[in-house]
Amino acid sequence: MQGYKVWVFALALFLIGGALFLYKWRELGYPLLPEEETSIWTVEATIQFDAGEKSMPVKATLHIPGLTPGFAILDENFVSRGFGFTTRYVTGGRQVQWAIRRAKGPQTLYYRAVVYKDPTQFENDTTPPFPPLPVLSEPLDTALQQLVAQVRDQSADPASFTVELLKRLADSGGDQNVGLLLAGESDPTSRARAAVTVLAAAQIPARLMRGISLVDRERQARVVPWLEVHDGDRWLYFDPATGAQGLPEKFLTWWRGEESLYTLDGGGETEIRFSVQRNEADPVLVAERRAQTVQSRIADFSLFSLPIQTQAVYAVLLMIPLGALAVVILRNIVGITTFGTFMPVLVALAFRETQVLAGVILFSLVVSIGLLFRFFMENLRLLLVPRLASVLIIVVMLMALISIVANQLGLDMGLSVGLFPMVILTMTIERMSIVWEERGPAEAIQQGVGSLIVAAICFSVMDINLLKHLFFVFPELLLWVLAICLLLGRYSGYRLLELVRFKSLAALMR
Amino acid sequence: MLALIRKLQANGVLGLNERNCEYIMRYNPRRLYPLVDDKLSTKRLAMAAGLPVPELYGVINSHREVRELPKMVAAHRDFVVKPAQGSGGDGILVVSARVKERNVYRLVDGSILGEDDIEHHLSNIISGQYSLGGHRDVALVEYCVKFDATFSEHSFRGVPDIRVIVFRGYPVLSMVRLPTRRSHGKANLHQGAVGAGLDLATGRTTHGVIGNSPVTEHPDTGAAIAGLQLPQWLYLLEFSARCYELTGLGYLGVDIVLDRDKGPMLLELNARPGLNIQIANRCGLRSRLALVERQAAGAPVEERVAYAMHTLAAAAPALN
Repeated sequence: MQGYKVWVFALALFLIGGALFLYKWRELGYPLLPEEETSIWTVEATIQFDAGEKSMPVKATLHIPGLTPGFAILDENFVSRGFGFTTRYVTGGRQVQWAIRRAKGPQTLYYRAVVYKDPTQFENDTTPPFPPLPVLSEPLDTALQQLVAQVRDQSADPASFTVELLKRLADSGGDQNVGLLLAGESDPTSRARAAVTVLAAAQIPARLMRGISLVDRERQARVVPWLEVHDGDRWLYFDPATGAQGLPEKFLTWWRGEESLYTLDGGGETEIRFSVQRNEADPVLVAERRAQTVQSRIADFSLFSLPIQTQAVYAVLLMIPLGALAVVILRNIVGITTFGTFMPVLVALAFRETQVLAGVILFSLVVSIGLLFRFFMENLRLLLVPRLASVLIIVVMLMALISIVANQLGLDMGLSVGLFPMVILTMTIERMSIVWEERGPAEAIQQGVGSLIVAAICFSVMDINLLKHLFFVFPELLLWVLAICLLLGRYSGYRLLELVRFKSLAALMR
Repeated sequence: MLALIRKLQANGVLGLNERNCEYIMRYNPRRLYPLVDDKLSTKRLAMAAGLPVPELYGVINSHREVRELPKMVAAHRDFVVKPAQGSGGDGILVVSARVKERNVYRLVDGSILGEDDIEHHLSNIISGQYSLGGHRDVALVEYCVKFDATFSEHSFRGVPDIRVIVFRGYPVLSMVRLPTRRSHGKANLHQGAVGAGLDLATGRTTHGVIGNSPVTEHPDTGAAIAGLQLPQWLYLLEFSARCYELTGLGYLGVDIVLDRDKGPMLLELNARPGLNIQIANRCGLRSRLALVERQAAGAPVEERVAYAMHTLAAAAPALN
C-alpha cells in the first residue's frame, strides 16, 4: 500500500518535471548543452537623404520585417535624431514612419533588427484568398492566356506550374508571349512580378517577396526578390532567378508586394543601405526573450530573472540536491557510514574551490591536528560546549595557519582552506574522537575515510558541467531528483557492503 | 554477486534496508521509541510490570548533582554508570571496586580513575555527548551485575548478556554475547565480543561469530563456544516475550543479563536491534518473521513461547 502511493507520487513528480523540461527545451528552445551558442544577426537599414537648405517638414516610410519565415526578431530599434516614429501594419507587411516638422541638411535614419533562427516561424502565415483575375489589354491578355494554357499542360500542381513558368520566363528570347509579358525587362524582380500575374490568371495565390541574405558580415547587402506561391496548404518559395524551389537557409524576408521599400516626402537625393553582421549569443538569453514574446509565464519564473549574484548562489544551491542524492545512494545502497548525514555534501562544496586532492589533504590535515588537540583537551576535563568552542577556535586558527604557511611556500591550494565549513569540521573532530575512544581507532579512521570518499564522490557528481548547466536552466529537473529519492526511500534490498558482511554467513548456508 | 544475493535471499537473511522498511517502520510506532531509547523509563516500566532489573542507586540529572556520586554509591562496592539515552554501549563505565581512602575507582578492565575523572565522565554524559542527536541526558548509577558461574569459561572480565529478538511478542532468534579482551570486557559485538547463537528450543549455544567471521572457541579462554547450556531457558524466553506487552513495540531486541544472586534481569530494550544475530545463528530472520506474521494477535505469553520453542526453532531457513 505504502509502496504503491510512493510510486504514484514519484511518477507524478517525474511527469510534471519532464513536461516542463520538454516544453522549455522543445518549444522555448532552452539549450540542452552548456557550450551551445546561437547565431544572431544584426541587420541594419540606413536611409540617408538631404533635406535641403531650408527647414521643412519631412516624412519617410520604410518597410520593415514582419512575417519572417524561419526567423524571429529578438530585438529591434529605431535610431533617428529629432524624428518621431510609429510602426504600423500595411499590405506589404510592417512599416515604420518617421516624421519631423523642421529638418534641413543631410539626415540619417536607422532601423536595426536582431534576428535569430526559429523554425516555428514557418507556420505563422495564413492561407490567402484566391487572387482576382488580372485584367489586361490585348494583346497582353491573349499572351497571358496562351502561356497559362501551355504551362498548365506541362505541370501537375502549383509547385510544378511555378517551376515550369519560371523556366519559360527565364528564357524570354524563345517565347513571344513571354517577351510581351516581360516587356523587355528580364531581371529577377520583373520575372517574379510577371510570374505573380500569370499565377493569378491560373488562380494560384502568389506574391513577390523581397529579403536579404544573412551572411556573416556584409556592409552592402543586396535586396533579393523571391516568389511565394501558396499550394492551398502552405507557402512554397521559389527563386525567380533560377527557378529553384525553397528558401535559402539564411534569408530574412523584409517586405512583400509591389510597394517600394521606402518613400520620402520632402527630401531630396536618397540612399538606402543594408548591413548584416553575425554574432554569437547566449542561447539562454534568446530563449528567455522568445518565452517573453510568446507570452509564456515560464520566463518570469526562471532563475535568469534574478540578479547575477543571486544567480551565482543558486547555481551552487541547485547542485546540493544532487549531492544529497549521491549520499542517499552511497549510504542506503552501498552502505558506507559517514560522520553526520550530510556532512560529506558540505565538505564537497568546499572541494569546489580546493579541488579533490588538495581538499582531501587539507581536510585530513585539519581534522588530524584538531583530533590531537581534542585528545589533549580530554585531560583538561572541560564541559561539552566550552570544549566544542575550543576545538572550533583551534580549527579556525589551524585554517589561518595553513593558509599563511601555504602562501609562504607559494602553494595556492592552501589558501582555499578557508572555505571549509569549520563548524562541520569541529563536529567531525568531536564525533571522531568519541568513536575513537568508544569503538577504537580502526572504526574512527574507517568512518573518517568513508566520509571523505562520499564527499569526493558527491563533489565529482556536483562538478559535472552538463549537470550544473541542466539544473540551472531546467530547475524542474529537481522534481526528478525528488522522485528518485522517494523511490530509494522504499528500497529494501541488501546494501552492497552488507553483502561483504554476510559473505561468510552465506558460505555456511546451503 | 548475484548468486550471493540469491543465496542470502533464499536463506531469508534480512538486510538493514529491509529491516527498516518492512519491520521497524511497520511494527514500531515512533511515539513508543522514547520508552526504550531512555533506559530510565524502560527501567520504570519493567519495575511496574514486576520484571527484575538491576537496582537503581540514583540518577544524576545535572552538573550540580555530579558531586553527589560518592554519597549515592557509599553503600556499594561496585556499580555501573551509564547514559540514559546512550546507544551501542557507548559511555558505560563499570566500576568494580572503590578505594574509599584514596578516592579512586577501579574499572572492570583494570584501569584506575580518580574522583575528577568520574565527574568529568558524568558531566559529559549530562551534556549529551553519548546521546542520539546530542540532547541533554541524565546519568544512571545502578547495581553492577555479578558474574554467573555459567559463563566462567566463556567470558573475559565482563558480564555476558543474552539478546532475544522478539517479534509481535514471539521470541524469534537469540544469542548470547561473550565479552573478550578486545571488547574490553563489554558485551558489544561492534567492539569485538563473541556472539554465540542459541537454539531456541533448548537454550544451548550453537555457533560463534566475531565481527563477521565464524569462530568455534573463545579467543581469550579457549573454551568451545558450542554446547553451553543456559539456565532457566523457558523462563528467559517468557521474560523476553513479556517485554512486548511492556512497550508495544512489535520488533524488539531484549537484552537480559544473568546475575549470580538475583537471576535474570532486564538490561535494556532496543527498537533497532542489529542483524549480526543472523550470523551468530547461521540463520536468516525472514522466514521466522513471516511465520509469526501469520499468527493472530493476542496469544498469551506461554503460548507464544511454546510456539517459538517448537515451531520457530525447527523452521527451515528457506521456508518463505
